[in-house]
Amino acid sequence: MTTATTTSHDDHHHGPEKGLMRWVKTTNHKDIGSLYMWFAFIMLLVGGAFAMGIRAELLQPGLQLMEPQFFNQLTTMHGLIMVFGAIMPAFVGLGNWLIPMMVGAPDMALPRMNNWSFWILPFAGGILLSTFFMEGGAPAFGWTFYAPLSTTFAPDSTDFFIFAVHLLGFSSIMGAINIIATVLNMRAPEMKLMDMPLFVWTWLITSFLLIGAMPVLAGAVTMMLTDRNFGTAFFDATGGGDPVLFQHIFWFFGHPEVYIMILPAFGVISHIIPTFARKPLFGYSSMVYATAAIAFLSYIVWAHHMFLTGMPVAAELYFMYATMLISVPTGVKVFNWISTMWRGSMTFEAPMLWAISFVFLFTIGGFSGLMLGIAPADIQYHDTYFVVAHFHYVLVTGALWSIIAATFYWLPKWTGRMYNEGLAKVHFWWAVVSVNVLFFPQHFLGLAGMPRRIPDYSLQFADFNLISSIGGFAFGASFILLTYIVIDCIRNGKPTTARPWEGAKGLEWTLEPKAQYHSFNTPPSRKLIEAESQNS
Amino acid sequence: MRKLTAVFGLLLSFNVFAEYGLNMTEGVTSISRDIYGLHMMVFWVSVAIAIVVFGAMFYSMFTHRKSKGAVAANFHESTKAELIWTIVPMIILIGMAFPASKTLIDLEDTSKAQMTVKITGHQWKWQYDYPEEGISFISNLSQDSKDAVNGTDAERENADNYLLDVDNHLVLPVDTAIRFLITSNDVIHNWWVPDFGVKQDANPGFINDAWAKIEKIGTYRGQCAELCGKDHGFMPIVVDVVSKADYKKWVAKQQAAKAATLAKSSKTWSEDELITLGQKVYNTSCSSCHGVTGKGVPGAFPALKGSPIATGPIEEHMSIVLHGKAGTAMAAYKNMLNDADIAAVITFERTAFGNQMGDLVQPSDVKSAR
Repeated sequence: MTTATTTSHDDHHHGPEKGLMRWVKTTNHKDIGSLYMWFAFIMLLVGGAFAMGIRAELLQPGLQLMEPQFFNQLTTMHGLIMVFGAIMPAFVGLGNWLIPMMVGAPDMALPRMNNWSFWILPFAGGILLSTFFMEGGAPAFGWTFYAPLSTTFAPDSTDFFIFAVHLLGFSSIMGAINIIATVLNMRAPEMKLMDMPLFVWTWLITSFLLIGAMPVLAGAVTMMLTDRNFGTAFFDATGGGDPVLFQHIFWFFGHPEVYIMILPAFGVISHIIPTFARKPLFGYSSMVYATAAIAFLSYIVWAHHMFLTGMPVAAELYFMYATMLISVPTGVKVFNWISTMWRGSMTFEAPMLWAISFVFLFTIGGFSGLMLGIAPADIQYHDTYFVVAHFHYVLVTGALWSIIAATFYWLPKWTGRMYNEGLAKVHFWWAVVSVNVLFFPQHFLGLAGMPRRIPDYSLQFADFNLISSIGGFAFGASFILLTYIVIDCIRNGKPTTARPWEGAKGLEWTLEPKAQYHSFNTPPSRKLIEAESQNS
Repeated sequence: MRKLTAVFGLLLSFNVFAEYGLNMTEGVTSISRDIYGLHMMVFWVSVAIAIVVFGAMFYSMFTHRKSKGAVAANFHESTKAELIWTIVPMIILIGMAFPASKTLIDLEDTSKAQMTVKITGHQWKWQYDYPEEGISFISNLSQDSKDAVNGTDAERENADNYLLDVDNHLVLPVDTAIRFLITSNDVIHNWWVPDFGVKQDANPGFINDAWAKIEKIGTYRGQCAELCGKDHGFMPIVVDVVSKADYKKWVAKQQAAKAATLAKSSKTWSEDELITLGQKVYNTSCSSCHGVTGKGVPGAFPALKGSPIATGPIEEHMSIVLHGKAGTAMAAYKNMLNDADIAAVITFERTAFGNQMGDLVQPSDVKSAR
């Protein structure tokens, strides 16, 4: 495998092709990383626009802007686009950009497949979004698409949704195979597994989650497809099937999926905090083991999403205990980050602000997760705004926060230029205040009894919905500033040095200020690897 | 720091503001109180952990900063620390698992029940059956709420319990252990009354159970808690909990009303009577899909205006209303509506929306078609 990829560019050093075809034909991990990141960003804006529609309708009681069916289409597509279009591709993009540089490899192991797995995405996303314009409208059954609402009772466009999910799955599985092959086969010969940076470790483990989980999702939508079109009855009780079976299959994918979206985030944070604390990461090996433990547990807790489906009490007890266990390795990570900060010499540039607020806000999401894991209490929380608040704290102020932190942290390496720190700080405070105005009141709404996925609500919920919507609009607007900061950095940023962050460690910082188009054509030496290792 | 104080201020004021709808209800059953207790226990444990963890973090952020001349230490490993923060959380978790398990086992044990109510979810209404008393009725969102959805703020404020009110309340006796058998006729619904601590999925083709012994007379409200399609937000639950004597009176009244309805279906109805009743039945049972003006929703629900069923043979029209259409959202109404209702609504559908078929369906026709 190594020989096949190096022969293509070992004779002469060449730059990228000119023009648009560069991006269509590229097999360069940096180009493909950028494509993934821009695609994810566009999808983030699209999914965000849907969220603005949702919050606008929920601004006040009554239906002002849309029909309930369209509201359901918005919540469904918001979830699908954010999960499959924004968060996952953004992490694959970060992985593409960073993993080869971090392990001292010249490129990804399977560069052509890399190109393919990216270029599937715009088509899959396009098919998914096109359902809005079909008769009967877009899927309106929630991103969890429970049968039979998504089978017998769904519009015809659902078959396009199924096709899009299949394509997204192909793309993810190929991306995961590529990362595993790169880390295991292309790693610098002198780099041991326990020398690898945590972002590489977390992505390696995430890849195994992807390979395990995505085929299960493909199975679920295939069964939906045959139920809908070919007369099977997997999920139809009148034909001997069971609608709860769908939920078991979906969540057997869905729970690992949750960690697919958060493990790489843990990796990012484990890079940023040591850098700005100017102190080595605390407990490197326990971080690796905790990540592996979370990944393992993520496969055996799926039914905590299903406490109300009528499972036997023994199963409920088991899934409650297993779920509670997850807080142990997750806690280890939080404690390690704080120990890394402890007695450091901290500065608070934008990446650090995002990373620290990640630790704070993600932990709040972790606490509400612990509460949700208590099966009897879940009776009152389940399918309310408390759940909405919980998963937005872990996915927005968790996963998305880490992606923004990573963008600011590695943007100098990607562009050779420095972003505007003052504006970035304004943006941070704007976003972190508004996101809490947006999501914190949703805890209260849920506890007071507001179900999720409703387009209108009784008057007692009006005040907190108003506050939440105002926070939502402010948070949405913050992305205009983010767009400006990133484009301003690319076009007008001050040229920077190879290692713009004083405390940064890692092979990527040994490259040129703007990482050269082909890096590590010769693998780094043992000495360099040891000097740049997080496991010091 | 201000943010921290604000967040903590909010968290700590949880109890103080309980009356203003910030916190979970304590409810009126032993289960709901146990759940509330668990909720508050885990909440305060989380607050305590948060104070320690975030306290350390913020202390470090303010003390160990470069601008204050802090010099970085170089420690990066401590097996002792790692063991402590693995084992201590484990012990805390085990401490929480005991009461949680006890409550869970208690709430899943429905064997103590003294009476049974069967609850069936439909798109988008609830059906309540008292199998022992032979009572059955459908509960729809009340008309003034329906009207206010697209109305003014004033209309919503004047509507009785906007979106939390129904035409037919579920009536239950106080201090009686009640078993709820919960199922669905179409998609998955979820029957949730927070004050009872009862929330259970209604799965089509399967029956789930839950129980409650309600300790206080009053009116309790809830909503469907599982996305079930377009009008998921518009199928609330209202339960009147009454004294045991009042409950007996209510049962007797319902049984008498049922006998009267039966008598009505054997007589021959006039066109006006059929159309008047038919319009009422249409608006509560049919209009959410087929539309108040019979135009349906293109691509999702067919129009009745000029439809081949509503302007075709009466037998087919009756058959689809009675038995539904397999593989679609069209439900079978034979167990939801009585003969007179079905006869009236079919007559109405064939006369209204410009269909002008001019044929009448009598309750006796429906009875023989069943």
